[in-house]
Amino acid sequence: MSATEHAVSLGLPELPAEPYPAEVRERLDADAAEIVARYPQSRSALLPLLHLVQSEEGFVSRTGIRYCAERLELTTAEVTAVATFYTMYRRRPAGEYHVGVCTNTLCAVLGGDEIFDELQRHLGIGNNETTEDGSISLEHIECNAACDYAPVVMVNWEFFDNQDPESAKRLVDDLRAGAEVRPTRGARLCGFKDTARILAGFPDERPGAVDESGAGGAPSMAGLRLAHGESLPGASGPKVVSPRQQETADQDGSDSNGAEGDEA
Amino acid sequence: MTATHPEKLLSPVLSATWGEEKPWTLATYRAHDGYKGLHEALRMNPDDVIALVKDAGLRGRGGAGFPTGMKWQFIPQGDGKPHYLVVNADESEPGTCKDIPLLFANPHSLIEGMIIASWAIRCSHAFIYLRGETVPVLRRLHAAVAEAYEAGYLGRDVLGSGFDLDITVHAGAGAYICGEETALLDSLEGRRGQPRLRPPFPAVAGLYACPTVVNNVESIASVPAILHKGKDWFRTLGSEKSPGFTLYSLSGHVTNPGQYEAPLGVTLRQLLDISGGVREGHTLKFWTPGGSSTPMFTDKHLDVALDYEGVGAAGSMLGTKALQVFDETTCVVRAVTRWTQFYAHESCGKCTPCREGTYWLVQLLRRIEAGEGVPGDLEKLNDIADNINGKSFCALGDGAASPIFSSLQYFRDEYEQHLRERGCPFDPAASTVWAGTRGRRNPAGKARSTEDDPPGDRGPDGRNGDFDPSENGVLA
Repeated sequence: MSATEHAVSLGLPELPAEPYPAEVRERLDADAAEIVARYPQSRSALLPLLHLVQSEEGFVSRTGIRYCAERLELTTAEVTAVATFYTMYRRRPAGEYHVGVCTNTLCAVLGGDEIFDELQRHLGIGNNETTEDGSISLEHIECNAACDYAPVVMVNWEFFDNQDPESAKRLVDDLRAGAEVRPTRGARLCGFKDTARILAGFPDERPGAVDESGAGGAPSMAGLRLAHGESLPGASGPKVVSPRQQETADQDGSDSNGAEGDEA
Repeated sequence: MTATHPEKLLSPVLSATWGEEKPWTLATYRAHDGYKGLHEALRMNPDDVIALVKDAGLRGRGGAGFPTGMKWQFIPQGDGKPHYLVVNADESEPGTCKDIPLLFANPHSLIEGMIIASWAIRCSHAFIYLRGETVPVLRRLHAAVAEAYEAGYLGRDVLGSGFDLDITVHAGAGAYICGEETALLDSLEGRRGQPRLRPPFPAVAGLYACPTVVNNVESIASVPAILHKGKDWFRTLGSEKSPGFTLYSLSGHVTNPGQYEAPLGVTLRQLLDISGGVREGHTLKFWTPGGSSTPMFTDKHLDVALDYEGVGAAGSMLGTKALQVFDETTCVVRAVTRWTQFYAHESCGKCTPCREGTYWLVQLLRRIEAGEGVPGDLEKLNDIADNINGKSFCALGDGAASPIFSSLQYFRDEYEQHLRERGCPFDPAASTVWAGTRGRRNPAGKARSTEDDPPGDRGPDGRNGDFDPSENGVLA
C-alpha cells in the first residue's frame, strides 16, 4: 500500500468532528441538563454523558465526544482521554446485542473458555468483532460479580447465568432471530442503545422491568434456605424442614467430614 | 468447632428477606423492620451514631477491614466544607459476588445505611458508584432511590429531622481500578480512574477535595441492623476483633455455590459441610479466601477461621470473603496465568512497576503454561512479582503479586512439571461444569493454552478496565 493511502498515519490534525444535527442536539440538551444537575460539579457528569451519547449512536463517536466537551466546557482531548480509559465505551459502531463471555479464571475453568470458543466458531467472528448482520458483538469480559452462577454470559449487561456451550449458542441464535429473550437475572432484553440510556441514569420506562426475574436464583438463596432448615440439592444431612431433595446422604452433616470430596 | 446444624451456623441478616415477596421494594423492606434503624439514628446525636458504629466493631467489608466507625470519625466537623459519602459498589475483584446480589435483592438496606451514615458525618449529598456492567442492579437502585424520595427518607428535611440528603446513583463504565477508593473518586469527578497519592486521605481531601467517606456496599448495608438491634446484639456474632455477620460467597467446584451469611469466623470446612461440599467425586485443591488478590490457600487451610485475624495469621487476607474453590482437575498455572492477565489488563498504567511488571508476568506465565518455559523462569517470575509487590502506587500491584507468590509457595512442583514435561498436564475439559455429563461432547483438540485470548489490548492510551481490588477492598 502506498504511504499516502491512510491519512491517519501521517499524524496530521483531523478536522473537528461534525456537530449533532440541531434536532438531535436539542433532544440531548434536555437530557444532558438533567444529568449535569445531579452533581455538585459539572465534570462529574462526563461518564453519564458518554453513556448518553452512546445511547444516541450505539458508540462514542467523535461527534459524541465533541458534544460532551462542549456541554462540560472541556477540550475534546480531555474527553477522549476519559472515553478511551473505560472498556464499556465502544469506539466504533457495533452490534445491537453485546454478548460478553466471562473468561476470568473461575468462569474460564468452569467452562467459560469453551463457551467463548464455541461462540466464536458458531458466529464466525472473533473477540471484539460484530456479525455481518449487525446483531451481535462478541467479547470476552472480566469477572462480572456472578461467580456463584458460573459460567456467566452477559448480554447488554444483563445476567445469563449457568451457561454451557449449547445454551449460549441457542441464546445468540434467538437474538439473531429477533425472539424475545429474557435473562436469568434482569429484565427482558432491550437494545444496546436503550441499555446505554439506563446507564446514563434514566430509569427503564418499561412497565414491570424493575420487577422482572425475581430476587435471584438458587445460589443467592442457598444460605438462606439452609438457615431456614431446608436442604440443598446434593447436600446431605438432617434438615429440619422440607426434605425436598433427592436422597443422597451418607453423611449426616456432622463435623469431621473432610470438605474434600464430600460426596453428594 | 464445627457446628452441626446450618440453622445454628448461619445468621442471615442482610439476606434475611431475600426469599420474601419482591424484597427489593420499600413495602417489603418496611414490613421487615426496614428504616427502623434510621428512626433510631435520627433520635440520636450524629456523634453518638458514629460512636455506636465504632463500638459495635463493624469493619469494612470491601476487603481491607478498616473499622467503619473510625472512618466516619476522621471526617473533620465544623470545617465549613461540604462532606460526602461515596458508596463503593464497583464490585469487580475476581471471585467477589456479594454486593451485586445484595443490591439486586435488597437495595433499601444500602439506602437506609447511607442515610444513617450521612446523618452521622453531616453529609447532604451521597453517591453510589455502581459498576456499569450490572444493569439489573442499576434498575433496582434507580427504583429504590425514587421510592425513598417519595417516602420522605430522602430530599429536604428527612423525616422532619431538618436534615437534607440527596443520593445520586452513578454508573461506572468498566474499570476494575475504580474499586480503589481514590481512583473511584477521580472517576466520579469525570476523569480517568487512576489512584491518587495518599495522604491526603479521602477523609480530609476526597471528592472535590472535600472530606469524604468511601465505604463498601456491605459495610453500609450492615449499619441499619446495628442501629435497630444494638451494638451488643451485633457483638454476639463473630469474634472479639471481628464482630458481626457477613456474606461468604462460595463459588467454583462445589455442590452448591452461593451466598452464605454467617458470623465472622466460620471456616471453609464448615461451609462446605453444610452446603454439600466439593463437587461429587472430586477433592479440594486450592481456594481463595477473599478474591484473587488474596493469597491462595490449600486443603491445609480448611479450618482457618474466616475472620480478619484468622486469615491474616494464616498468611492471606479475608478480602471480600470470595471463596473460590478449585478441585484437583484445575491447573494452578492456568488459573494464575488468567488472573495475571486480568491484572495486566486492569493496570491503570500510572506506575511503572505495575504497568510493566504485570505485562512481563503474563509473557512468562504464558510461556510456562504452553510448555515453552526455560530454567530460571520461576525465579524470574518470583523476582518480577517481588518488584511489583509493595512497590506499586496502589494495591492492585500487591494483588497481582499474591497469586504468583502463593502458588509458587504451594504448587511449585506443578510449575516445574510444566517446565519438565514441556506442556500442561491437565485437561481443561475435566474442570468444566459439564465434564463427564452424558451426551455432552467436549470438543477435542482445544488447544487451551494457545487460545488464551489476550486480555484485551493495552492500547497506547494505557487504558484498562475496571479494577476493584478494593471493590473494594484490598485496596481501600
